[in-house]
Parts: sequence; C-alpha cells; structure tokens
Amino acid sequence: MVAEQGTRRRLHFDFVGAVLWLVRILAILAVVVGAFVSLSSGRLSAAAWLNFVVIGIGQGAIYALIALGYTMVYGVLGFINFAHGEVFMSGAMVGAFAANSLAQAGMWNSNPVLSILIVLLIAMATSTLVALLLERVAYRRLRNAPRLIPLITSIGASFFIQYAFLGLFGSQTRTYPALSILDGFIRVAGINIRYADIMVIGSALVMMVGLYTFVERTKAGRALRAVAEDKEMAALMGVNVNRTIVLTFAVGGAMAGAAALLFGVVFRTVFFFSGFLFGIKAFTAAVLGGIGNIVGAMLGGLTLGIFESVGPSLVLTGLGIPSAHQLKDVVAFLALVLVLIFKPTGLLGERLSEERA
Amino acid sequence: MRIKKGLKLLTLVAVLSLFIAACGDGGTDSTTTTGADGVTTTTAGDTATTTEGEDPGTTAPSGEGDLGSVTIGAGEPVIIASIQTISGGTASLGQDQVDAIEIAIADRGGELLGHPIELQSEDGLCSADGGSTAAESIVANPQVVGILGTSCSGAGVPASQIMSEAGLVMISGSNTSPSLTALPYLSDEPLEAQENWNEGYFRTAHNDEFQGAGAATFAAEDLGAATAVTIHDGDPYTEGLTGQFGEFFTAGGGEVVLATAVNKGDTDMRPILQEIEALAPDVLFMPIFQPEADFIVQQIGEFPGLADTQLMGADGLLSDTFVVLPETEGMVFSGPAQASGSAYEDFVAKYEEAVGTPPIQAFHAHSYDAANMLLDAIEAVAQEDGDSLVIDRAALRQYLYDLEGFEGLTGTLACNEFGDCANPAIGIFRNDDPSAGIVGVLGNVVGTAALADQVDPDKLN
Repeated sequence: MVAEQGTRRRLHFDFVGAVLWLVRILAILAVVVGAFVSLSSGRLSAAAWLNFVVIGIGQGAIYALIALGYTMVYGVLGFINFAHGEVFMSGAMVGAFAANSLAQAGMWNSNPVLSILIVLLIAMATSTLVALLLERVAYRRLRNAPRLIPLITSIGASFFIQYAFLGLFGSQTRTYPALSILDGFIRVAGINIRYADIMVIGSALVMMVGLYTFVERTKAGRALRAVAEDKEMAALMGVNVNRTIVLTFAVGGAMAGAAALLFGVVFRTVFFFSGFLFGIKAFTAAVLGGIGNIVGAMLGGLTLGIFESVGPSLVLTGLGIPSAHQLKDVVAFLALVLVLIFKPTGLLGERLSEERA
Repeated sequence: MRIKKGLKLLTLVAVLSLFIAACGDGGTDSTTTTGADGVTTTTAGDTATTTEGEDPGTTAPSGEGDLGSVTIGAGEPVIIASIQTISGGTASLGQDQVDAIEIAIADRGGELLGHPIELQSEDGLCSADGGSTAAESIVANPQVVGILGTSCSGAGVPASQIMSEAGLVMISGSNTSPSLTALPYLSDEPLEAQENWNEGYFRTAHNDEFQGAGAATFAAEDLGAATAVTIHDGDPYTEGLTGQFGEFFTAGGGEVVLATAVNKGDTDMRPILQEIEALAPDVLFMPIFQPEADFIVQQIGEFPGLADTQLMGADGLLSDTFVVLPETEGMVFSGPAQASGSAYEDFVAKYEEAVGTPPIQAFHAHSYDAANMLLDAIEAVAQEDGDSLVIDRAALRQYLYDLEGFEGLTGTLACNEFGDCANPAIGIFRNDDPSAGIVGVLGNVVGTAALADQVDPDKLN
C-alpha cells in the first residue's frame, strides 16, 4: 500500500514537471523563432531596433518608479496596494493644472528647469498626500487583518479615487503644455535619442539611486528594512513601526509623483483613468522583478518596458501575427508569465521573512 | 472518502452546468404580449416574436401588431431616450448630438400631439460596455418609444441588439460601421445584412463603405498615393473603415503595405511608428479616436522618415478638441459632407444661441435629422384614444422602413430595409489652421465624393 502511494506520487510530480518543461521549451522556441525571422528579414535597421530598446527603457523607467511603491508596501505590510496607480494619476492630474498655470503665467517655456522643479514638487506632494491619506483612512485599521482584506480595500480605494477625480475634474483629458527645450535629440550610434527620453531615464536613475541609498544607508531606511523583515521584533528593538509604515507610503507616493511628472511632460495627456493600466503594469513589473525587493522593482520595470516595446515587433511580427502592436499589453503580461515560469520568485527573488515562508 | 467523492462529483456537475449556461444559446423568450386591441404594453425582458434580427439574411421587417405598444395617458410625456457619448476623451462626439436633439424637441415647442416630450439621456461611453448598460436601463422603462443613438458604433453594436429585442426603434446620427446594417452598396452584388444588423435600427449617417471608398479615392487620385498604412483600434467602426479603405485602395491600384492596430488606452505609439517609418508610406490612414490619435500626432514628429507621410483621419477625429492641436496642421479628414442651405444656417443659429458656440463636431445635422425623423414617425403612427396616445411599436418600425422623401438638413432621406437612411455624400476636409477649430476644418473642403450616383437606387430605398 505504501509503495503504491509512493509510486503514484512520483508519477504525479513528473507529469506536472513535464508539462512545465514543455511550456518552457515552447516559449523559448517561439521567442527564438520570432526574433530570428524578424531580425533576418531586414525589415528594420539596427538603429531602429536600438530605438525600440531606448523607447522601452524610457517607458520602463516610469514603470519602475511606480513599481517601487508597490514593492515597498508589500515588503512592509504584506499586501498589494492596488490604489497606487491612482496615487500616480492624482499627481499627474494636479501637475497638469500646475503646468498649465505656469504656462499661462509665461514661465513654462521661459524658465523650463524651474518650472519643471515646481511642478515636480507639486506632483510629488499631491501623490504623497494621497498615499498618506490612503494609509491613514483605508489601511491603518486593517494592519492585523488577514492579508486579503486590505487588498480588497485597496481595490475599493482605487475606484474611489478614480471616480472622485472624475467627479471633481470631469472626464476630459488634460494636456500638459509642450516644453520646447525637450524638443530635439542627440544622435548616438545612428539613432536619435530625444532629450525627453534622456530626461526621463536620467531623472528616474537619480531617484532610484537616491531611494536605494536611503533604504540601505540611512537609519530610517534601516528601520524600514527591519519592519519589513519582522514587525514585532523591530518594535521590540525600539523602532517606531507606525512612523516607519507612514514613511513607506510617503516615499512610495513621492516616487509615483515623480513618475507622474515624467509621464506628463513626455506623454502630455492625462485623465482620470490614466492610473489604471499604469498601475497594473507597474504591479506586474514589481512581481516580475521579485515582489518585496526594491532593486527587483527597478529591474522589473525596465525589463517590462523593454519587453513591451521590443516584443511585438521582434517576436510577434516575426511569428506572423497581424496587428502585433495591438497585442502590446498581451506581450507585457506574457512577459510576466514567462519570467515566473522560469523563475517563480521573480527575477531577483522575494525576500521572505520567516512567518511568510 | 465517500463524502469527498460525492463533493467532487457535485462540484463537477455545478461547474459543468455553469459552463452550459454561459456558453449556451442566449435564449430568446418567445412570450409575446399581443393583445386583441393592441393596447398591451411590453415590459422589460420580454422579447418579441422570433423574427427579431437574430440571423443575418435579406429578410424584410415583420408585420404589424406583434411587438406591443406604448400607451401614453393624458398629460403623460412622450419619452424618447438618447444614448450618446457625453463623457470621456470622446465626449465632443456625443455632446453636440444631444444638443441637436434638444433643439429638435424645442422646435416643436417641447410637445408632440399635446403631450410633453421627455428626453432620457444616457451615456454610451463610446464602448460596448457603455452601450449595453445604457440600452439595458432604457429598455427597463416600458414607456420609452424610441432611442436616438448611439454616438460610437462600438456602443451601437450591443445597444442595437438590446433595443431590437425589446421592440424599440433606434436612429443613430453618427454610427457608420458597415457591420450595423448591410453591404455592399458600391457593387452589383445583392445587399446582405451584416453581423450586427438588428431590426428596428436606423441611421441617418453614412455607411462606412462610402467613407472608405471616398477616402481611398481621394488618397489615390488627389494625393497620388501609391502606398498606405492603416491603423485601427479594435473598435467596429475603426476596423470596418480601415477594411473598406483597404479594399477600395487596393482595387484602385494602390498597396496597403501594413494594416495594423493600436489599443484604446495606449500611450506610447513610438514602437508602432518606428515600424511604419521603415515602410515610409505615402498615406497613413488612422480613423481612430482621441486620445490615441493625440499621441500619434504628437510622437510622429520624432521620426524623420515619416515627415512626408500624409496623415488621414476620419469622422471620429472631426471634433474641436482634436483639430486645435498644432500638430494636426495639414492633416486631412474624411467625413460626412456637411449640410448647407438656409435651413441649415437657421439650425446653426439656433444651436449657437442654445449652446453658446458653433457646433463642435461633424454629425450635428445628422442627429437633428434623426431626431426629427423619429418625432415625425411617432406623430404619424400614434393613435389618439381619448386623451391618451397609443403607439404601436411594429407600426412605428414599419413607418420608418417605408420612409421616403424625408426632407432633412442633410438631404432628402429614404430608409431601406436594413436601416440605412442617409444621403451617402462624403467630404474630405483639411486642417490648414488649427486655431480656426472645427469650424475652419469643416469649411475647408478639399474633396467630395457623391457616391449615391454609383449605387443602384433600389438599394438605397
């Protein structure tokens, strides 16, 4: 009886394992075949492919900044804050108002650097405020609830903020005024890299390095890591857990606000629903990089941006799928599935504390 | 062990039955509510006879008296509903149609046969979800006589089915997707109902077969284009229009080097523009909506290979919120030929007085005609029963199907058996001055296509 059960168990394991391996091989095959056909057909020049990568990095930088908020909240509190996309949207919307006011005052194009800094501060402040409000109103009471509860609350909060903005500001799209210093590009390796992309990538890098330094080198950052590791022990060691959690939300919100400004200045059109898809993609990026891991979120964002930008043209068109760019979102989410199939904990793995393991 | 097995079996049965319920036939209730004297009222959820527009074919509408009727008591209002896009990025497409409807009602003093006219305005959201939600809430009110809408064909598809099953009529002033009525008009083959045709659906806006032909002819002849790229966004209207454009462009000797699509909600158009730059087409035909079109025109400047490509939009972009963007200068649009004449000018004057601005979009006159068509039809069909009005739904449909010689702002209209009532005149407009707004664009006609002459007159009636 025992021997039979043992055999059955082993057979069962082999079947699932075999299917997974089959899927992995098929995935690699599809990607390789599609890429090979695309690259060898000479449809696009090398410069064009490089441009795809640059576009992807630019888009990915924005995803990365928003993903940081998701990953930090998950690391500290253990749930996904689905309202974080709306934190991003609120910064973008209010930033639009600020930018348009500055444009009307004539400052926008005459003092671009100062104007951008002002709008950046306003966007970051708004996003931080919304994040803090979320924490105080929606999540604080649910600290000790089972983890599904704050997750559902966050979905509700997300709808609430979306429709609050719809009610307050209406449904039409708001446009950021064009910034003339961002027009133009520099020529590197045969492709044109826009000043706007350089600004986005550069600012995002600065923010990410800043955040990493903050988390790894400062006392508050150490408190954050401690609370993420083990809340109760951290409290016993004298860390003010409440304040640390508030700080987590604030920093996540600030990052989203910065992303909002970069999005606004480059893509220029925002409305009450802008946060939804960005939120989901950023969450995907966070999981892709390893949820709970800050460097993982950055890497995940960049990876997702590149997959999304290069994927349709490289793989889908190569495989002969028509209207490949309509499937851009499919590629983005498939990228997540593929990464998880090969590495279930995400690219840089999840940092599990004992109770979660 | 046995309990566990039983539970598994039960779960399996439950799941299977859910599958069957979900994937099975939508279920047409065959309960009719015919009363001998035709004074019964149809209530929500009841579908009428089984000859409702379920299967495409060349069937003509069914006869009298089997859809029930609406009884409007003394002093009660005649309720008509509208499903228009009045919020979101495409709100300009619906708002001026609602305004046009209200002017049509005001022209009659707000009254029809002694009863006040009440407009139940719903938001179609330019999406299938919006259209079906709006339609459901309208058919839940058994006193609604007819619907004016939708703005977008994407919302029109589910709305048309829902209202048809409830016995209503719907007249759209701006749906143009060919899938909502029939094809082909511009060839000798007989007309066939398309997949989303439903009985009781009418429109005063052109069928996009005409717009595709007009745009393709303009591109090939006036612009001298040999290659084209088309972009749609998955919506029935955009897909239909790019399909028609592609057919006629290819038939005229041109080549559609890439027929591709974006998603509604996409913000980064640079990858797709990079792909298109490699092909360097003469024309980029993008009959999509805002804000995706905004992103394309804003980002196309970064691709020097596309500097000589002529951008062509369609009637979804003929709105004030799009043409004022400086990047749209030089862009060409296909759309319905605008009305003219003294009646139209009177209408525009009334519009400006009521709304404060000139009409912001291209279908206001069509919507006004649709509203008048519906109100005239109700007036003709309604029977007075003392102080009450009885409106037979089937008679209302039949009246509209038989309608000929209707003098509207957009021309003399006649409805054929598939609901196409429009005068299919297409105009091509160019935006030479973004600061002049939509009024400037609609006034700057660079081409026309009066394709009605090429159609067998039987098809149009």
